[in-house]
Amino acid sequence: MPYTKRQDGRAFDETREIEAKVGVIKRADGSAYFRIGKTVAYAAVYGPRDLYPKFLQNPTEGVLRCNYNMMPFSGSGERVRPGANRRAKEISLVTEKALTPVVDLKQFPNAVVDVFIELPQTDAGSRCAGICAASMALADAGITMKDLVGAVSVGRVDDKIVVDLDYSEESYEGGPVADIPTAYIPTMDKFSLLQMDGRISKEQLTEALEMAKKACTRIVEEQRKALKAKFDIDVSNEGGDSDGQ
Amino acid sequence: MGELKLENKSIVVPGEEIATGMDYIPGSGTYRLGEGIRANRLGLLSVTGRAVKVIPLSGKYIPKKGDLIICRVIDILMTGWRLDTNSAYSAVLPLRDATTEFIQKGADLTKWFKIGDYLSAKIVNVTSQFLVDITTKGPGLRKLEGGRIIKVNPSKVPRIIGKQGSMVSLIKEQTGCRIVVGQNGLIWLQGDPKDELIAVETIRKIERESHIQGLTDRVKAFLEEKKKEMTGE
Repeated sequence: MPYTKRQDGRAFDETREIEAKVGVIKRADGSAYFRIGKTVAYAAVYGPRDLYPKFLQNPTEGVLRCNYNMMPFSGSGERVRPGANRRAKEISLVTEKALTPVVDLKQFPNAVVDVFIELPQTDAGSRCAGICAASMALADAGITMKDLVGAVSVGRVDDKIVVDLDYSEESYEGGPVADIPTAYIPTMDKFSLLQMDGRISKEQLTEALEMAKKACTRIVEEQRKALKAKFDIDVSNEGGDSDGQ
Repeated sequence: MGELKLENKSIVVPGEEIATGMDYIPGSGTYRLGEGIRANRLGLLSVTGRAVKVIPLSGKYIPKKGDLIICRVIDILMTGWRLDTNSAYSAVLPLRDATTEFIQKGADLTKWFKIGDYLSAKIVNVTSQFLVDITTKGPGLRKLEGGRIIKVNPSKVPRIIGKQGSMVSLIKEQTGCRIVVGQNGLIWLQGDPKDELIAVETIRKIERESHIQGLTDRVKAFLEEKKKEMTGE
């Protein structure tokens, strides 16, 4: 059966519903929440702060350290088993590499910026959601960065090129599937994450990446809106000490 | 022709385009990309003449020469003390910058400052690798005894102090507390516990609303209201 319509009724170049918030973790230096469809990511940034053990310190520039973690109860349990494993370690590493091009680490030699990404609920596209949350959290923490990073997965399901695959599409059995998580930096017009599961032709890949650029640019817009929304507060004297930092 | 894309005093986000063309000059918190200027941190846009900069609204403290900071003794060294500065880098207070007294070789340094003590100190020097030297010799520099310490966002400290210390004087006047504001985001307050609480609340309010116009008037009204509440009870 050909793939003519997406299972949740989206257009082929449409992402799932996005919700973004900033400043959700009070004690962190910066934090963010990013939800795309049923995938939920929280990111907390601590630092720049002391880095130990000392041999990890870099005297020429700071270190960016990311940690990706699926919470034990996340996911459907069908494919990925949550927890600290080789997969989580790899994703932590690619997240670091996806964010490094935008952050300016020269300002704090010997120090570290820690990014913790936690996923309470996953439905495919979790590394992309994690990167989106992390980039907002870094901006919220006041880290100098050239741009925000938008991330989304693209790919093909059967003969259709689609944006933002959910789990039902990733595990589609009626034809070949390719899942390509990407992270994109709009101002530099560069991809900082590009991985793939499956097969795709050269032409299809080019087309998919063009769609990824558009989707990521839209995601970055959402991120900006969320960052600004944090400062839209009520200044009347009533209701005194609410939250906020 | 250069053109400003955003209004002065608006919130900007990393990567956002602030101005186009070569007429504007990028200051701190901004960078030039091609013909335009973009923000490279989250903050408040400030345009003065042709210069464009972004005033940060968040971020950790970075030690700077000449700053008055509040720090905590975390270790005692052979010839001085190591202090936590509420930043990524610790500071060293050498003996000769600590006191004018003569200190015998091998003397017990806890006689002056113990681990856990809070000091108000001035940064003497910062190296490129952020080795920080501080002094407690100078007016107002001392061990802070009694009172309470609160932590605030270091980028809000200028607003808490106000122009020529106007804001902090206002709080001091209204609450009768003694207050020392450290550039590193630590604030020491001492006074009647009730007054201390009001002062803390006021500082939290400033921290929350510092980016919105008319802050001083709001703070004044807030303090007066609180005072009325207290005398009414």
